[in-house]
Amino acid sequence: MSIVTVQLGQCGNQIGQEVFSALCSDIRGTHGLCSEKENESYQDSCKERFFCDEESAVPVARAVLVDMEPKVISQTLSVAARSGHWKYSSHSHFCQKQGSGNNWANGYSVHGPRHKEAIMNLVQKEAEKCDRLGGFFTIMSMAGGTGSGLGAFVTQCLRDAFPTSFILNHVVWPYGTGEVIVQNYNSVLTLSHLYHSSDALLVHENDVIHKICAQLMNIKQISFRDVNQVIAHQLGSVFQPTHTAGGGSGYSRNPLGELMESLVPHPEFRMLGLRNIPQMPESSLPYSTFSWPGLIKHLRQMLIANAQMEEGIDWQVRPPHPSSIPSTNKPLHFNTSIANLVILRGKDVHSVDLGSFQDPSLYTSWLNPQDAFNAWKTPRAFNKYEKSAALVSNSQFLLKPLDSIVGKAWNMFASKAYLHQYAKFGIQEEDFLDCFTTLEQVISSYTNL
Amino acid sequence: MTQSVVVQVGQCGNQVGCRFWDLALREHAAVNKKGIYDEALSSFFRNVDTRSGDNGRDIYKGKICSLKARALLIDMEEGVVNEILQGPLRDVFDSKQLITDVSGSGNNWAVGHKIYGCQYRENIVEKLRKTAEHCDCLQCFFIIHSMGGGTGSGLGTFVLNLLEEEFPEVYRFVTSVYPSGEDDVITSPYNSVLAMKELNEHADCVLPIENESLFEIVNKIHQMINSGKLGATVKQNSLVTSSAGSAKALQEKPFDAMNNIVANLLLNLTSSARFEGSLNMDLNEISMNLVPFPRLHYLVSSLTPLYTLADVNVPSRRLDQMFSDAFSRDHQLIQADPKHSLYLACALLVRGNVQVSDLRRNIERLKPSLHFVSWNQEGWKTGLCSVPPVGHSHSLLALANNTCVKPTFIELKDRFMKLYKKKAHLHHYLQIDGMEQSCFLEAISSLSDLIEEYNELDATRGGPRIDPSRLKIAV
Repeated sequence: MSIVTVQLGQCGNQIGQEVFSALCSDIRGTHGLCSEKENESYQDSCKERFFCDEESAVPVARAVLVDMEPKVISQTLSVAARSGHWKYSSHSHFCQKQGSGNNWANGYSVHGPRHKEAIMNLVQKEAEKCDRLGGFFTIMSMAGGTGSGLGAFVTQCLRDAFPTSFILNHVVWPYGTGEVIVQNYNSVLTLSHLYHSSDALLVHENDVIHKICAQLMNIKQISFRDVNQVIAHQLGSVFQPTHTAGGGSGYSRNPLGELMESLVPHPEFRMLGLRNIPQMPESSLPYSTFSWPGLIKHLRQMLIANAQMEEGIDWQVRPPHPSSIPSTNKPLHFNTSIANLVILRGKDVHSVDLGSFQDPSLYTSWLNPQDAFNAWKTPRAFNKYEKSAALVSNSQFLLKPLDSIVGKAWNMFASKAYLHQYAKFGIQEEDFLDCFTTLEQVISSYTNL
Repeated sequence: MTQSVVVQVGQCGNQVGCRFWDLALREHAAVNKKGIYDEALSSFFRNVDTRSGDNGRDIYKGKICSLKARALLIDMEEGVVNEILQGPLRDVFDSKQLITDVSGSGNNWAVGHKIYGCQYRENIVEKLRKTAEHCDCLQCFFIIHSMGGGTGSGLGTFVLNLLEEEFPEVYRFVTSVYPSGEDDVITSPYNSVLAMKELNEHADCVLPIENESLFEIVNKIHQMINSGKLGATVKQNSLVTSSAGSAKALQEKPFDAMNNIVANLLLNLTSSARFEGSLNMDLNEISMNLVPFPRLHYLVSSLTPLYTLADVNVPSRRLDQMFSDAFSRDHQLIQADPKHSLYLACALLVRGNVQVSDLRRNIERLKPSLHFVSWNQEGWKTGLCSVPPVGHSHSLLALANNTCVKPTFIELKDRFMKLYKKKAHLHHYLQIDGMEQSCFLEAISSLSDLIEEYNELDATRGGPRIDPSRLKIAV
């Protein structure tokens, strides 16, 4: 099944380009470390999922590029084409001349309706090129105006036009100390709206990725390109083909569906966090060896201690004792999960013992531990890492950051600052209040796990 | 890509405007080596086929034929505009873009606003429409004028009004040169306060400029060059005050150095809209992020660096110095003290080879010494543009919405009241058709209200921080 990617705004387009680039370079790489047959199967599956074989010398990404001003899209298209290994279709982008001005209301209420037809036509065309449509993957930031506002509108349109397809929104959370002054307003508006139309939100926080670049990748002068490449690597580690348990032979044909099924049992809980190990500069790879037990142990501790990367993990945090009173006696820093998905890639993957992830004390009591935990595997190594493990988690990972954003937005809202800018385009105080209510509900739900 | 139109009004406005066009051409020439008319150029220039004479058609793609500025030059005296038309920039302007008269406004706001406004209204609207028609997507009008005189102040604010009426969706950024205390125009307080009312009500953003600051910057540079410290040689074209490398280089006049600074401000302001970068900052984003309440739209600007030394390698330490300088008073374009007042919002527009980590490091470093309003503690808007200005490897423009503009306005009000109490020179204004005492009263009231809004914000400073309680959800 194929996934259609919708890249929205500057961030969405910049990241999207890095994602396709990472996917392409991975399948072209010779570091698969598996049998040729396996490798071929992997390549074919990836190509079917993300690329199209239009009459073109190189694979064409299954993507729609949307932005309200032209500079980023034109850069994205040319960088892709210059790689010589893949490109975007020349008819799959939509842009206007003037951006959204970091104004969510402008993106949602003005640009959205105005350009709905043109954008949805492009999406329809891409969807029709797929033999079987597996769903939509949208990439956006929530701090600006286009990715956030127009992105929320487009997600709604996707839901209306494709009621039975899966929609996964990849949302980038901005740095805490400002990229955009009204970023907290834009974030609150975006998240609350996405909650109503999307199936799940997969989140990356710039602050976290920045730390990974600084401490694990040893990059001295970190640029947005570096950040985007780490994000692309992490996304690739989730969406490159894998065998799902019980799926028989052959690579999974419904990744988005299986992701939703594994991780989103209840519509109130849609926020997914992503962790991926190991992460290190390419130059260090030849000198490092990894063991599955070691990786699994670290990943599990990262889950329960809510660590953002494999350095600085708090090993003191332990799951609560099974006989203790539930809910009220949980140790303070323990990260409770609803469901987890672990994805393993590389040598000897079938021998890995994942029992520690099935420990019931990690989870809420609603699901059987067997249902709360799933694993996808492939012996084919990803992106030059001999062994790598990714974790997609529906847990309290994002609770604190979400609470922080809502808190700051509320603080600003109480002073009524900037509200006239949103009112200009039709978003009034009542609309804001509705969004705050939605998110406070989400925060409350996750807090009381 | 959008287009912007510059409306330069009065002697000051036109002299600054002239420097802007000169330096804009220089900047694009440095970036655009192939002579192809690209989108970046189109933001300020039309490409006209002049082979068939002055009424040539616009060429939208391909080689540059003849560049025409998207500008309107308005002055009620002919001297300044005529000089521009005889100088090296004459080909950049179209005779159809000029509106001049002979007798000037006599340093009288009422003459500029009421008499000339009325008289030239149709003409101005028509020419504005023409200019707008040449634009594919007009985003912003930049008005350049001074506040203390008659034409720039009076007619300039009349045009501001017109722009709001005729083009309500297009942003209005106003660069206003405020008079200093020792201004030799006695009635400058009247003109300025009358103009302020218009700016309060009709401008989206105002960048106030004070000659004193520009003068100090010029002096600082002179000292730097003449001190010959460590045999350091300065790259001529990197001076924020210089026209080196541009068309006008050989004929520098006294105010040119100061006006070049303002021209550079406008170039840096629009750089991220014209050129690519990893985090773009468009003009509509500036207005969105820096104006929390409609009338508080006065932005303190500072530019760094003021010059580059000729040696090529600039270590990271220098980069951090650039950020520190942006927050020091001798890089500001008005006399104010933001560090000891309250920041409502702050924007940093970086150009050149600077990455997000450099930006973050410096924000973390500088934050503790700056006071931000309680509801906007992380109120930073940032932009990264890849193309540096001419002569530099990187530069920074900081725009702050800060209560430090309050003293400037209070002083203006005091100077106004000194004259008004004695009714000095009032008759020159009241004898103009359409001018009444109430105009003065409304103007001073508008200014007082503005000052009061700043006062209220200042009052919140230093008190205990009590965050409003969050919504409670029934579990």
